[in-house]
Amino acid sequence: MNTEVKIAGVTFKNPVMTASGTFGSGMEYSDFVDLNRLGAVVTKGVANVPWEGNPTPRVAEVYGGMLNAIGLQNPGIDVFMERDLAFLQKYDTNVIVNVCGKTVEDYLEVVERLSDTAVSMLEINVSCPNVKEGAIVFGQKADSLYDITSQIKRKAKQPVIMKLSPNVTDITEMARAAEAAGADALSMINTITGMKIDIHRKKFVLANKTGGMSGPAVKPVAVRMVYQTAQAVKIPIIGMGGIGSAEDAIEFLLAGASAVAVGAMNFVNPYTTVEVVEGIEAYMKQYGIENVTELIGAVT
Amino acid sequence: MAQKRKVTATVISQKQIAEQIYDLWLETKLAKDVRPGQFVGVYPHGESMLLPRPISICETDKEKNRLRLVYRVAGKGTAEFSACKAGDRLDILGVLGNGFPVDRAKGKRVFLMGGGIGIPPMLELAKAMDGKKQILLGYRNKELFLEEDLAEYGDVYVATEDGSVGTKGNVMDIINAYSLQADVIMACGPMPMLRAIKKYAAQNGIEAYISLEERMACGVGACLGCVCRTTKTDAHSHVNNARICTEGPVFEAGEVDI
Ligand SMILES: Cc1cc2nc3c(=O)[nH]c(=O)nc-3n(C[C@H](O)[C@H](O)[C@H](O)COP(=O)(O)O)c2cc1C
Repeated sequence: MNTEVKIAGVTFKNPVMTASGTFGSGMEYSDFVDLNRLGAVVTKGVANVPWEGNPTPRVAEVYGGMLNAIGLQNPGIDVFMERDLAFLQKYDTNVIVNVCGKTVEDYLEVVERLSDTAVSMLEINVSCPNVKEGAIVFGQKADSLYDITSQIKRKAKQPVIMKLSPNVTDITEMARAAEAAGADALSMINTITGMKIDIHRKKFVLANKTGGMSGPAVKPVAVRMVYQTAQAVKIPIIGMGGIGSAEDAIEFLLAGASAVAVGAMNFVNPYTTVEVVEGIEAYMKQYGIENVTELIGAVT
Repeated sequence: MAQKRKVTATVISQKQIAEQIYDLWLETKLAKDVRPGQFVGVYPHGESMLLPRPISICETDKEKNRLRLVYRVAGKGTAEFSACKAGDRLDILGVLGNGFPVDRAKGKRVFLMGGGIGIPPMLELAKAMDGKKQILLGYRNKELFLEEDLAEYGDVYVATEDGSVGTKGNVMDIINAYSLQADVIMACGPMPMLRAIKKYAAQNGIEAYISLEERMACGVGACLGCVCRTTKTDAHSHVNNARICTEGPVFEAGEVDI
């Protein structure tokens, strides 16, 4: 049985990763999970300089999911490289660094700083709904997305994953723009913009008013978007949105994802990632599947 | 620090001890790892409710692997917990947070100050602490709880907002009413109370440790949901926003901008 997948020339021991922002830099979950068991650890978004993030409350539970408006708090690339990257390099797993910025130059600076490191891939977050400048703007207009993708591709030494926003009319249009600009892979979906109101206080629950929704409730939307996108582009897709079990992960693979990432469900069950790896193996055994790649896009 | 785990705990007993306040004993191996001021995340059963509810640890019985949680019903999750009976199971994540620096109180005059649902962690703290313990408790009304348990470990003073028991007002009014003195303060309670304590401690040159609350998601420092403003750069993100679940919930009062 072979659980290996290849994305843009990078080999993953299995198709299970962590979703950016939900797993810290791996350190925070290393009490629970042997990071060596994962296909990759995808780190929290990092910018060229430290970001404070949004005021609190930043998180709220909603039916079958949660809202977050962290606002990309991060220590900046210096501390990240010294501490988080150094930590992750002790493990036998791919490291994918999620990059955020307010301007194209911000992104390019981080991409350049990472060029001589052992990082396997870069995931470019152009889809965070919780910061006002940059970020989301690049991910909601096809021409801006094309522009930033091609600029990053020119600088990047590692393969580039563009992380797409579901908060668009037609996600395939965005996917095509990223592909045309040279993106090596896509990851999707980032969170769906939502809102929660406290009726007793007549106030927004989140200080930011809106937040990004994730968790099991968004899964059908994510599966549909992965399927549509897989029909529209040739580059590989990393699928995420509400994955909490191997069954969920396999849906994404069948819809056309080459790999999957576990996000908010880490908070519910910190062992989810490894349980998904084991569950995919059990499923392959049950159906006599030799290569996990046979599952990719196999829905009919 | 002990390894964090998610485990299934068994309910030993539960009773209501005041309006909306429940007293729950659980059996779990996590009890052994607990330091005063730490908390656990308790998971509701329903799949519609995902996130662990942070609940401070009131007391432990380490020999019997038991852990006591005293909590207020504040929403659907805690309402579900309040219906648990002996033999029921609850998934918990722990042990979380840093806890109080108990040793700072050794041989000193201490105020242990608890307001409302901030009172429970004072019990494990009082049990572990070696010092002159003056325990100042603030309640809304005559629905007191844990004051008898706490009286075993120090001198208890009560204040109620409506004046029905003890000093009328809050824990700060107790200090004035009895002209109490302390070298160290350890406190947990609502934000206005913690602000008043921070100010009082600064004015009187007293060392103070306060336990903060915020909406949390992961509980283990990964999501950066539950931060508080700090006066110096924080250890994790270097941006004056420390994670209450990890660097906290207990902070030296001067460290936080509240
Ligand atoms: C608390 C939190 C923080 C997140 N931070 C980031 C981030 O820094 N960068 C990013 O690209 N996506 C971030 N995301 C989005 C997730 O990586 C993922 O795309 C989304 O949550 C959907 O997956 P899920 O339903 O499994 O959580 C964050 C999500 C959550 C819940």
